[in-house]
Amino acid sequence: MSKMVEIRWHGRGGQGAKTASLLLADAAFNTGKYVQGFPEYGPERMGAPISAFNRISEERTTLHSNIYEPDYVVVVDATLLSAVAVTSGLKKEGAIIINSNKSPADLKPLLDGYEGRVYTIDAGKISQEELGRNFPNTPMLGAVVKVSGVIPEDKFIADMEQSFKHAFASKTQVIEGNMKALKRSMQEVKGL
Amino acid sequence: MIYVKDAYLNLSWKEIDPGGTILKAGTSLEIKTGDWRIMIPGFVAEKCKQCLLCFPVCADSAIPVKNEKRLDFEFKHCKGCGVCYKVCPFGAITFVKEDK
Amino acid sequence: MGIRERLAGNEAVAIALRQIDLDVLPAYPITPSTDVPMYYSQYVADGKVKTEFVAVESEHSAMSACIAAAACGGRTATATSGPGLALMWELLYVASGTRVPITLAVINRAMSAPININNDHSDSMGARDTGWIQLYSENNQEAYDNHIMASRISEHKDIMLPIMVCQDGFITSHAIENIELLEDDKVKAFIGEYKPAWSMIAGKPVSVGPLDIPQFYTEHAYQRAQAMKNSKKVILDVFKEFGALTGRKYDLFEEYKMEDAERAIIVLNSSAGTAKCACDALRAKGEKVGVIKLRVFRPFPLEELAKALSHVKAVAVMDKAECFSAIGGPVFADVRTACYDLEKRPQIINYIYGLGGRDVRLEDFTFVYNKLDEVVKTGKSGEIYRHLGVRGV
Repeated sequence: MSKMVEIRWHGRGGQGAKTASLLLADAAFNTGKYVQGFPEYGPERMGAPISAFNRISEERTTLHSNIYEPDYVVVVDATLLSAVAVTSGLKKEGAIIINSNKSPADLKPLLDGYEGRVYTIDAGKISQEELGRNFPNTPMLGAVVKVSGVIPEDKFIADMEQSFKHAFASKTQVIEGNMKALKRSMQEVKGL
Repeated sequence: MIYVKDAYLNLSWKEIDPGGTILKAGTSLEIKTGDWRIMIPGFVAEKCKQCLLCFPVCADSAIPVKNEKRLDFEFKHCKGCGVCYKVCPFGAITFVKEDK
Repeated sequence: MGIRERLAGNEAVAIALRQIDLDVLPAYPITPSTDVPMYYSQYVADGKVKTEFVAVESEHSAMSACIAAAACGGRTATATSGPGLALMWELLYVASGTRVPITLAVINRAMSAPININNDHSDSMGARDTGWIQLYSENNQEAYDNHIMASRISEHKDIMLPIMVCQDGFITSHAIENIELLEDDKVKAFIGEYKPAWSMIAGKPVSVGPLDIPQFYTEHAYQRAQAMKNSKKVILDVFKEFGALTGRKYDLFEEYKMEDAERAIIVLNSSAGTAKCACDALRAKGEKVGVIKLRVFRPFPLEELAKALSHVKAVAVMDKAECFSAIGGPVFADVRTACYDLEKRPQIINYIYGLGGRDVRLEDFTFVYNKLDEVVKTGKSGEIYRHLGVRGV
């Protein structure tokens, strides 16, 4: 397997981490990649910690387990930092991307000594301003694409519009806000 | 053997219909279930008012009706249940042990 | 060349069924199979299929309605999982005993109790002796392909047995992956028109489901057993025809790096893919290991499997179901039976694994290969009935 990228999402039930992982799979698929996008299912309820996963590669992978040594970790809700070992197994050549209004330097001490790159993005604020509601998954998606470089950015922007049209076929009014949120997050994500 | 024609019992597994599905209609006509009878009804024509209460209750279609009149029993399928005897208000049906 | 798509396993199954355009789809929802009738009901609402969608009040009724629809000469299918399959139990036997073709999408789920919605194979393994053909699917592609082939197998005049197509609940049913779909017209041409030999609503009158007395029941069971035996050839013929159409070649089981393998893992469904990754990693170090992925479990490919294992030194049979026989899992029992007549039998051990959705990792299979290495080196199987990853064992 040449260069498979593995991404683990941490979120809380109802925040759209699963949807974000499926959207990322969609976007990567549209650039010709082989993708996997799947959540870990359990008795989750609104607000309970959940995880979701992506594998993105040039060749089909037959691996069907969860991801324990991800290249990237995306944390959709910063309150999880004290509840879940989000950096568990995270490769130090990789990165963690956290939804927070704090700086990466502020959050680094909370990451169990993680030595790799740390990014933050205020996805909640972007979502409120562009969508009028707290749906952090779209800005998080933009940030993870920016940081990981797993998909060429311009191709990603073009394809996401198509994906949103597919995902929000019954509520087209939210497509524009989602596109704005996506672009802003790609500019505003801060790294350390 | 009274359930099935003896000839059928020698059929091999290749000769019987899959799933036991019966692939034609009216096969009950081939089986003489009247043999199962212990009690037998009898038709007393002179007491019969042709009210026709009896024929609808017969489960085995053993009471033929022609021109709105019931005729004597057809015993090929009559199992001797006695329901016709019970419903007859005029004592026009007898019900006794059959002398075989 | 087909249509490049990305779909979760359940949607792939729903699309296969849409392309088949069933006459009747009765359904009762249960996690994780619910998406299948959910997507299909949308196709019905959108007029994409001519199907009569029957919302029934239980899985028992769903299977009853399937049997009735099939007895009326219709193409029919439904989907279920775990406890839903259990509630169909009585009717599973009625379906196969009545010799009607039905496709059942089994999205494998553990049996309660304790209650669990996640994946293992205790549902379909419990139903392995009900006279249904069983196909297993490693991923969304195989689930899709198997469904398209299923009606051809099930409806074949020499078979006329219902068929289950199994895939792992959540692991593949809810995971989006790449898939190649066939065009609608190609599916239509492949499955052809179903011409039943008899029907309750057309042609000569028939009686379905009469009492079968002791003088006949044995012969009817023998017929069913013969049909199951004959189905192997039909399955291979259909696989071959499908391979010519799609380039995706299937067999009763897949032999992965087995040519010179000394150690083999036998496994079904999604875990087979993970086992292949473990196999690749050990092969890269020069270890002679392989994987056999069973695709057809009923009929059981006894002779073929024995041949494939004849040169192997040690085998681990992976059972994703604990059947409480106290001697090992159902796949294990059949594999050992298959090897009994070999002149040189491999040593065979059993692992019960991945129950109730316990994640199965590449490292788990590396562990099993290492255990097989111990068996080969010592020449002793040790405990043959083992459980993988149980805390405190």
